Amino acid sequence: MSQQSSTLRSAARRTGGLIAASALAVSLAACSTPAAPGAADDDGATEGNSTGVTDTTVTIGTHTPLTGPAAAGYSSISAASNAYFDYLNDQGGVNGRTIEYIVKDDGYNPANSQTVVRELVQQDEVFAILNGLGTATHQSVLDFLDQNSVPDLFVASGSTAWNQPDTYPNTFGFNADYVVEGAALGQYAADEFPDAAVCMLGQDDDFGDEFLEGLELALGADGITEVQRYSVSNQDVTAQIGALQGAGCDIVTLATINGFTALAVGTAAQLGWFPQWFASSSGADYPTLVGYLGEDMAPKLLQGFTGTNYLPMADDEWVELFREINTEYNGDAPFDGNTIFGMSVAYVFAEALAAAGENPTRESLVAAVQSGDLVGNGILPLAFGPDSHAAYLGVGITTVDQGVQDYLDATYEVRDGSVSAVERQAVPLTGAGVPGN
Amino acid sequence: MNVPTRPRLLPGLTGTPRVLVLAVLLTVLAIGATFLLDPFRNFQLATAAAYLCAVAGLTLLIGLSGQLSLGHAALMIAGGYGYALTSNALTDAGIDGVPRFVASLAAGVLTATLLGLLLGLAAARLRGPYLAGLTLALVVAVPAITSVWSGVFRGDQGLQTAYNPVPPALERLIALEQWQAWVAIIVASVVVTALALLRRGPLGLRMRAVRDDETAARLNGVPARRVKVTAFTVSAAGAGAGGAVLCFVTQSVGPGAYTLAFSLLLVVAAVVGGLGSLGGAALGSAVIVVLPWALNAGTAALDLPADLSQRLAGNLSLLVFGALLIAVMLLRPTGLAGLATSWRRRGTGSGRRPAAGGSGPAAAVAGAGPAAAGTGAASAAPAPAPAPAGTGAALSDADATPDVARSAATEPTDAAAHPRPAGTPASTDPSRTIPIER
Repeated sequence: MSQQSSTLRSAARRTGGLIAASALAVSLAACSTPAAPGAADDDGATEGNSTGVTDTTVTIGTHTPLTGPAAAGYSSISAASNAYFDYLNDQGGVNGRTIEYIVKDDGYNPANSQTVVRELVQQDEVFAILNGLGTATHQSVLDFLDQNSVPDLFVASGSTAWNQPDTYPNTFGFNADYVVEGAALGQYAADEFPDAAVCMLGQDDDFGDEFLEGLELALGADGITEVQRYSVSNQDVTAQIGALQGAGCDIVTLATINGFTALAVGTAAQLGWFPQWFASSSGADYPTLVGYLGEDMAPKLLQGFTGTNYLPMADDEWVELFREINTEYNGDAPFDGNTIFGMSVAYVFAEALAAAGENPTRESLVAAVQSGDLVGNGILPLAFGPDSHAAYLGVGITTVDQGVQDYLDATYEVRDGSVSAVERQAVPLTGAGVPGN
Repeated sequence: MNVPTRPRLLPGLTGTPRVLVLAVLLTVLAIGATFLLDPFRNFQLATAAAYLCAVAGLTLLIGLSGQLSLGHAALMIAGGYGYALTSNALTDAGIDGVPRFVASLAAGVLTATLLGLLLGLAAARLRGPYLAGLTLALVVAVPAITSVWSGVFRGDQGLQTAYNPVPPALERLIALEQWQAWVAIIVASVVVTALALLRRGPLGLRMRAVRDDETAARLNGVPARRVKVTAFTVSAAGAGAGGAVLCFVTQSVGPGAYTLAFSLLLVVAAVVGGLGSLGGAALGSAVIVVLPWALNAGTAALDLPADLSQRLAGNLSLLVFGALLIAVMLLRPTGLAGLATSWRRRGTGSGRRPAAGGSGPAAAVAGAGPAAAGTGAASAAPAPAPAPAGTGAALSDADATPDVARSAATEPTDAAAHPRPAGTPASTDPSRTIPIER
């Protein structure tokens, strides 16, 4: 009897709960005003959107691989950016505001990027996304950021997808794009080694496709002797290297990330084959390659290794400053091309933020980048403008000599579909690397 | 009076109508819940609902038919690619909106079902570890398949699909994430309802029979192989729907999202939730969505040194999932569903406190356990907060009277006193918690 009544009571309670919950849901449905992107836009048009900005701070965020297959080559980038921001904050920040940089790991997995970027935008309410890393990963959040009108600055990828001002007005790239890099290496090969058989080993995605497009721009479609592709998920390029060797290649251009540059060079050496290597900046960082190939072998295997870059390198005042920041704010982490990349990105962001005015809004930030007034710290001034969301349209050719990687006197620019040699115009260091100083 | 009396909603309804009514009720409730959530939570809810499609199929496969699959991520990716390829083809043909979604979803489910049928045909001829090995190989092979035919699958980069905006009629009422959650909830509830009906029907009984003793089942005229193939195929259809919904929500599909680790995570969700229990599947799906996020938020709040927090990011959740799996198997083999049951029983003071491993010779065929779990979850959540759990909980609640199963139970009294999800062995030996086919 008692059990029966308790049974009845609990059934009644449950039913009551269900009805109450339904009623609550329905009443909320009636009065709910969703935070639809459109609503935010309407406000933004009148007074500007300053989400993530307080009187003393500016909060921004990024998605980047801290774990997973790409972490080894790239996890140090966000740490370097953070170190620069710490330095900047100690110097007073930008217009009295310190910068808070939220770094979220996506494991180089587009599905994770989706989650963490939503979290950054909707939970952490960041002002902007800075330097989201990876082509596929960032591609997966491009529409989302566009729909929410979030400034999407300086994507860490050389895809040309970021340079579509009409479709994605808030998205800007940072790397020189892969077409530019392919064209520069192709033109350099044509200029310096006119009789050489030029081949290519490239990643089996946009990276490889666009690099090949650049090579063809410089050499013509039939100017490339052999093209081989690889997939990142397969850590064996013996077949590809064998095919390139069989085709009689003198120069192998590489659209590879650092790990696969090392793999290609190492595999070829095991086969007793030593062609000239020409690598894009994404896979041409000497200190990183030494990490893969070892202190003993690397200087021998990489003597004369040719690459591209657009950021300060070797003996340069920027490098000197970044080295000091790395020692003081980054726990003296290994100093390589990624460190310089991360700090350069952070510097350009600070420059954009300073240019966005005393009270920055998302609109004024994007306008500041688009104005074309930002110069950055590269070997060529930044190329941002109303019609261009590409950061660098040109790259310098680098080479490794006796374990030191530095620029040669060869710089190429791609404009209007043609590649031409230009003078290097490195942006000098001013104000101790603090914009507005 | 030996017939177990359990408090439940809508006592007047029984059978299939009851399942359907509760499914509709809970779906409406879950959809109502999306109004309480901010866009990010709705995105998480949509993700959890997508996982639920796959986990529900998996928990039925493992818990009911006794076949272990470590390759459900591969079935999900098949659904995802089926969805993405169809969606892109339709976009090129100028079709969009609801027709594009429905056709793409159907294509995704069909692709996964066909793959599941092939796998099931092999599975019917393989036993225990060999079946696990086959499914494992499949999920490892997926990246290779996408890069060999990279012209179609775009290699590691995967496919991007056009996004489906909120229908114009609802534009002023709901946000995009809410719309995505609605779609995910509706698909999940269709999948889970179908599975719930299947489980309480004759096929469910046959699956249990085959799981418990294949030879005995055969002697009784049960076509064991056909039952096993069907179980695999049905489970694959659920996974395909999950993959398609995930592709709808994230507008992309690629091998990076469906790794071996993800496949194992689905098994973790099924085990942590409670094997064989649909309510447990919902809880498990919520756990695998919320836990990594909560852990990351936790470590971020701790203000750890940069290099330590970098090392923890991403890895910590795998560690915790591993530990959770071990803990659940040792301490509470019935999973969260079983926990909810015992909590409910203690609350209503029905006397005997059920032990995790139970000592009675309860026939595992008496699949009353998971059903009980469903009511527990429902009573634990009168507010519509964890909606994916709600959806599943309702449906497994609907399952509360597995008439067929009960009639088949050798000792109904004992089975009722010791609710135990199907597939939980009578022994406390944790190594037998996952009933690999014997």
